[in-house]
This record gives sequence, structure tokens and C-alpha cells, in this order.
Amino acid sequence: MSEAAHAPAGPLAHHFADLDQQKESAVLGMWLFLVTEILFFGGLFATYAVYRHLYYDAFSAGSHHLSWRIGFANTLVLIASSLTMAMAVHSAALGKKGRIVLFLLLTILLGSAFLGVKYFEYGEKIRPCLGDGPSAGCLLPGERFDASALHLEGDAARQAQVYFSLYFGMTGLHALHMIIGIPILGLLAWWAHRGRYDAAWHTPVEMVGLYWHFVDIVWIFLFPLLYLVGHH
Amino acid sequence: MSEPASGHATHVVPVKVYLGVFLALCVGTVLTVEAAGHDFGALNTPIALGIAVVKATLVVLYFMHVRYSPRLVTLMLLSGVAFLALLVLFTLSDYVSRPWPIVPGS
Repeated sequence: MSEAAHAPAGPLAHHFADLDQQKESAVLGMWLFLVTEILFFGGLFATYAVYRHLYYDAFSAGSHHLSWRIGFANTLVLIASSLTMAMAVHSAALGKKGRIVLFLLLTILLGSAFLGVKYFEYGEKIRPCLGDGPSAGCLLPGERFDASALHLEGDAARQAQVYFSLYFGMTGLHALHMIIGIPILGLLAWWAHRGRYDAAWHTPVEMVGLYWHFVDIVWIFLFPLLYLVGHH
Repeated sequence: MSEPASGHATHVVPVKVYLGVFLALCVGTVLTVEAAGHDFGALNTPIALGIAVVKATLVVLYFMHVRYSPRLVTLMLLSGVAFLALLVLFTLSDYVSRPWPIVPGS
């Protein structure tokens, strides 16, 4: 730790004693934010739990309609992006600037691949809803929702809309977090390229890493809950 | 828990650990799909969630460095999880113990 090298225009803010204390505060602040995020998603998970209990058959039918293979592949892609993110933080801790940029770009690439697959999945469900003709296969909750593809009728057909509301709501909020995260990763890569981070100070890389891993964890729960209900 | 000599702020986790966690997460994902292919009755959801909790714990401890962070971080995280449990369990306990939804005319 060479704080002198950074002083006085370095990253150490005047109200902290040293970089260690400053980093600890940043870590605590970031975790406090992530705790609010747990409860932000928590509301949706609680809603999911209630309606899955009430409308189990509709949830099972809706879940069967999703491709677990796509969800499985996308899970692996997201886990790999978490690994590259962890490697970016690792490279920063070792002060290897080129590798920070490389791993951040890989994380962006994998994150974008995940979103690309999501775009395809959404498109498949939303495209039939567009236009004025019949909306066979439309899985966007609303007037044009069509449960015939799920082989459901009556109440169960109506209840399947709740499943797809939660599907779009939960995966959408998750995707939104990634859409916010990717430009931030790009900014970090630019700053790393400019030589802003070294072994002594790279807190922003670590904090964005925490955010990215959190988003990964949310997906770890979403995958079995949305794609694998009554799968057997 | 943490290594006192270097201090947590500069702790560098070996690459091997990251690769190990990554492999464990991949295996966990395969297990999730594999387990979903079998019918364990009432245990289906607890098994799926159990695997997810193990995977999330690995991410939290190693990728997110909680294992090498101050205890206060663990405390904050667990308080968040505790409130999530309150939210989900108390809401569910209400719904599973009442006749709901109330259907008009029934």
C-alpha cells in the first residue's frame, strides 16, 4: 500500500484515515445497497411463491412451455460472466491493467450474449401478439394472451397469465439490471485502460463486481423457479 | 476466516479458487436440471432451492469475497436474508392457511 503515491490528488478522500478504511466503507455501502436489492427482488419472489402455490398447474404448464435448454445454456453463460468478472477484480488486485480491460470486455461479451438470448426468448412470445390478426401463441399477458399453446382452458388459462406476468416481470427486472451493468462495465474498462486502477486502489472494479455477482445470484434462483416447475 | 497478515483490503484470492467455484457452479446447474427430471414429490422445490442456495453461497463467499471481508458484511447480508425469509414465509403462511382466492358465489 503506497498511499503517498496517491496523495494529495489520489483516490483517498480527506475524511478517511487510509485506503483500507475507505475501501471498507465502500464495501459496507455496496452491501447495504445489495440488501435493498435482495428485498426489491424479494417482493417478486414472495408474489411468485403465493401464486405458484395457488395456481400450481398453470405455473407448471407455463414453465413447460419455456425451453429449459435455452435457460440452462444461458445460466452457464451468466456463470461464466461471473468468473470473468471475478478475474477482472483479481487482475486489478495484482495491478495488471491490460488484463483488467480484457476480463471486463469478456464480461460485457458474455452479458450481452445472455441478453441476446433473452431477446430471442421474449420475441418468440411477444411477436404473435403484434398486428391485428389472430394471436395464436401470444404469451404476453393481456387481451391477446393465447393459452392454447399451453393446452389450458378456462380458469387455468387465465391463471397462466399470472405465470407469464411474473416471468416477464422477474426476468425483465433481472435483464434491466444487466442493461444497467453493461455500460458501467464499459466505463470501467475505459478507465482501466486509462490506468486509473492499480493494486493499491481499484475499489470501483470490486464494487461493480459485487453488483454483477448479485445479478448472477438472482438468476441462479430464477432459472429453476421459472424454467423447471413440474419438469419431471 | 480471513488472513490477518495482509489485511482484507489487499486479499488476493488464488485463480484456482475461482476456477473451482466456477466448476462447482456448472455442476450445480447440471444437478438442478437433473434433479428436476425426477419426481421427489413434496421435495421437488426444496431440492431445487437447496441447490440454488449452495450455488449462491459459493458466489457470495468467494466471488463476492465475503469470506475475506469484515464480519459486519456477513451480518448485513444475513440480516437481508432474514428479512427476505420473513417476507416470504409470513406471506405464505397466511395464504396456505386460508381459503383464498375467494371466488364470488361459492
